[in-house]
Amino acid sequence: MTNITDLGVAAIRDGVAAGQFSAVEVAEAFNANVAAAQSALNAFIVATPEKAIEAAKAVDAARSAGQALGPMAGVPIGMKDLFATEGVQTTAASRMLECFVPHYESTVSRKLWEAGAGMLGKLNLDQFAMGSSNESSYFGNVISPWQRRGSNAQLTPGGSSGGSSAAIAARLAPAATGTDTGGSIRQPAAYTGTVGIKPTYGRCSRWGVVAYASSLDQAGSMARDVTDCSIMLEAMAGFDPKDSTSLDLAVPAWTASLSGDLKGKKVGIPREYRVDGMPAEVDAIWEQGIAWAKDAGAEVVEVSLPHTKYALAAYYIIAPAEASSNLARYDGVRYGLRDLPDGAGLQDMYAATRAAGFGDEVKRRILIGTYVLSAGFYDAYYTQAQKVRTLISQDFAKAFEQVDVLLTPTAPSAAFALGENVDDPLSMYLNDVFTVPASLAGLPAMSVPAGLDAQGLPLGLQIIGRPLDEQGVLNAGLAIEARAGFTAKPEKWW
Amino acid sequence: MSTYRIQGATGDWEVVIGLEVHAQVTSNSKLFSGSATAFGAEPNSQVSLIDAAMPGMLPVLNGECIRQAVRTGMAIDAQINKWSRFDRKNYFYADLPQGYQISQLYHPIVGEGSLTIEADEKAGIPEAKVIGVERIHVEQDAGKLMHDQHPTMSYVDLNRSGVALMEIVSRPDMNSPAEAGAYLSKLRTILRYVGSCDGNMDQGSMRADVNVSVRRPGDELGTRTETKNVNSVRFVMQAIEHEANRQVDVIEGGGKIVQETRLFDPNTGSTRSMRSKEDAHDYRYFPDPDLLPLVLEDAFLENCRASLPELPDAKRARYEGELGLSAYNAAVLTADVDTFRWFEALLAETALAQGKQPAEVAKQAANWLISELFGALNKLGKSLDESPVSHEQAAELLALVGKGTISGSIAKQVLEIMLETGEGATAIVEREGLKQESDTGAIEAKVDEILAANSDKVEQYRGGKVALFGFFVGQTMKAMQGKANPGVINEILKSKLG
Repeated sequence: MTNITDLGVAAIRDGVAAGQFSAVEVAEAFNANVAAAQSALNAFIVATPEKAIEAAKAVDAARSAGQALGPMAGVPIGMKDLFATEGVQTTAASRMLECFVPHYESTVSRKLWEAGAGMLGKLNLDQFAMGSSNESSYFGNVISPWQRRGSNAQLTPGGSSGGSSAAIAARLAPAATGTDTGGSIRQPAAYTGTVGIKPTYGRCSRWGVVAYASSLDQAGSMARDVTDCSIMLEAMAGFDPKDSTSLDLAVPAWTASLSGDLKGKKVGIPREYRVDGMPAEVDAIWEQGIAWAKDAGAEVVEVSLPHTKYALAAYYIIAPAEASSNLARYDGVRYGLRDLPDGAGLQDMYAATRAAGFGDEVKRRILIGTYVLSAGFYDAYYTQAQKVRTLISQDFAKAFEQVDVLLTPTAPSAAFALGENVDDPLSMYLNDVFTVPASLAGLPAMSVPAGLDAQGLPLGLQIIGRPLDEQGVLNAGLAIEARAGFTAKPEKWW
Repeated sequence: MSTYRIQGATGDWEVVIGLEVHAQVTSNSKLFSGSATAFGAEPNSQVSLIDAAMPGMLPVLNGECIRQAVRTGMAIDAQINKWSRFDRKNYFYADLPQGYQISQLYHPIVGEGSLTIEADEKAGIPEAKVIGVERIHVEQDAGKLMHDQHPTMSYVDLNRSGVALMEIVSRPDMNSPAEAGAYLSKLRTILRYVGSCDGNMDQGSMRADVNVSVRRPGDELGTRTETKNVNSVRFVMQAIEHEANRQVDVIEGGGKIVQETRLFDPNTGSTRSMRSKEDAHDYRYFPDPDLLPLVLEDAFLENCRASLPELPDAKRARYEGELGLSAYNAAVLTADVDTFRWFEALLAETALAQGKQPAEVAKQAANWLISELFGALNKLGKSLDESPVSHEQAAELLALVGKGTISGSIAKQVLEIMLETGEGATAIVEREGLKQESDTGAIEAKVDEILAANSDKVEQYRGGKVALFGFFVGQTMKAMQGKANPGVINEILKSKLG
């Protein structure tokens, strides 16, 4: 029999339902993997094996009682530590919230528990979801389970959902939640040979998710195949009156409608995504993806997204601007870290608390955001960036008059080594060059693994869809997945 | 035109005043959370996760607060913006959990409107004046710091955190403390009519930031100062008076006015500097990404408009026109919600009790309410809504007068007994034997007696000293122990005196 921990969401759920194994057996198997990998990979900030067992027992009991089981019943998952979980510490990977235990459950995690999922633990991430390599966590780097052939250099699992991607790739969890602000689901998925989807902005409630940049933050699912992502996203999504930006729309039955047949569909190839200095292997895998799309019956059309080159700059104004305001609440007054030097007044406490509580990347973005919003600079930066954002949305809208989905590489390279970009924020930011435009436009987008580069590292392809057309994105993803036949997994070295 | 001037050493100065009034919106819950808003609750007993700005919490707009702001805008004939937006005003303070206040800088919900203050000769307002309102926007209130709970620490009460405020910004259209006072009173009256704010200034439900500058009459505007959080009409007038004189002294002493924020000290009636423009915060306003733009639909606006009550100006005009009340009485009766409600209830009961139209008894009811009941309550130190006499009881008393059963002066005695015992007027009149005599024979007999006893005065009267008529009336009434119908006395006297 296959190892349980090699199974995905659908297989585990169906196996539990069919009585091939119990939910508790599943939870125990993953709990063991989590524990065994923790010191090497550092994918979790805190493991919660008892939570996984508790949920599994409930599923097993429900099954014995002949009750209907939820769409995630018996599936233990990892929860990115940006989602508030009642009674379990929720840190956003920051010292600021090191001991913070919320009295509330985020809407997305609540929905997942109601669907029958259990929690293996809280996954590591870049601090406050700011980063592309998971090197900004207060709780240490996440180490990718992948290594270059013939090298034991530690690689990044991507970021900010690096704990999620590493855990899924290393079989510590069949699936995990992620959040994506500028690529934080898709880029880590691409770096680890996993699948991740960010739905249309507003599909998943942001209530109870520690905010980074409110107009961009969107939760999504990560797993090892398209179907699993679809099942999980269906369980997470849905209108929430507690989030004013949540979409008041029913969640379509994406999984039931999955089809890899792209006959009659048009796939757009944005010419502006062919950037200088992109490795030939990334280009080649993109060409391969185009061929697969044609093979699946799609017509492939070149399109233009002329404002793409301004996207990254606009993103790194808007996201820090919102972050600088969203993070103002961490002031040492009501919860979280308080650093109160002897004889300090209120202003001193703010300064000391925030100096001690926030990491460098968080401070950098707060400073950028504060600067671009300040009097005299607001119009030159923030207003201008919003105009760019509108133009980028219009670019996409125009392209989608011609085509159904867009196909691009997810990232301009394979995973890099830890430390490689850490002193150069600008080249670090370039990791997001292909993922940021869809975030600015609020579009559904996913990354699917397409193959390995010469060093044996995964490369991903990104599919971007029309607003609300997660179905089109998932279907195109399924078509690529079927043809890529990606079965590579990291060799276990931990 | 206001004639109010500050007489400086070098000549006259004109004062220019604008008010920013913060009015707490009447609503059971806060602007963006479901927490209660009751005044005087235990500290931190009305605080939700949102009000405390816990991680991941999001604001959800309370539609009732928007409805009240729109109705308020409509009540001052203001432009209602069907598209508005919330912005974040960023600054750090311990009473501001989010680190920003959600407000509306760029696109307020209510635009240009106005209200009229009435002429008041005594207060130096020679004629009615229209005061412009630039905008009304909706925003969150902050919490409250408590410095008296611990020797070395300050505590924070977040009960007010997130409570909805309307900021009502006037044009700099006022030119004297009296005009500013009249504007604030009128605004308060309108808010209370509309029901969008209870106007309780002593509980902080309404407070004003006062912008004052001085200039030579007709000159360009001078530099203004802003005196924050003044919480009564009288204090606003004092603050302006003090601030305008201070500015004149500074300028005439060769100094310059600096644009700054000042505080009013109610104990001394003076203002003092709080912070200058150089120390001003950079609030880094930007649109709140947690909230969508607010779009008002026509049906909602129609509903708001339909729900507006008769407003003070219209009501006063109707009291004068339809009910025939004097301008003074109409103004007094419409100045406050409690007063007009009491009056209208009394009027309805009075008309019913006497089988007449309201317009036929309105003067009687108005005069009695203003000159009799107000005076009596004043002596008792009670407000109208604490009146021991109900509208029904008052109407019963007025009906006795209207039907000629008792005279006006007897009615005063009856009211006093009613206030003391809570008994009904009819019962009192019966028991005390206060019923007025309309029997012509009895009155005629008394008149004869009085004329006979005062033959000298009768001579004088007939000789042309007609003012003596009142003397005869008074004597007759006295002889009848006040219980004679004055109309009948008049008639008999006239016929006897020829």
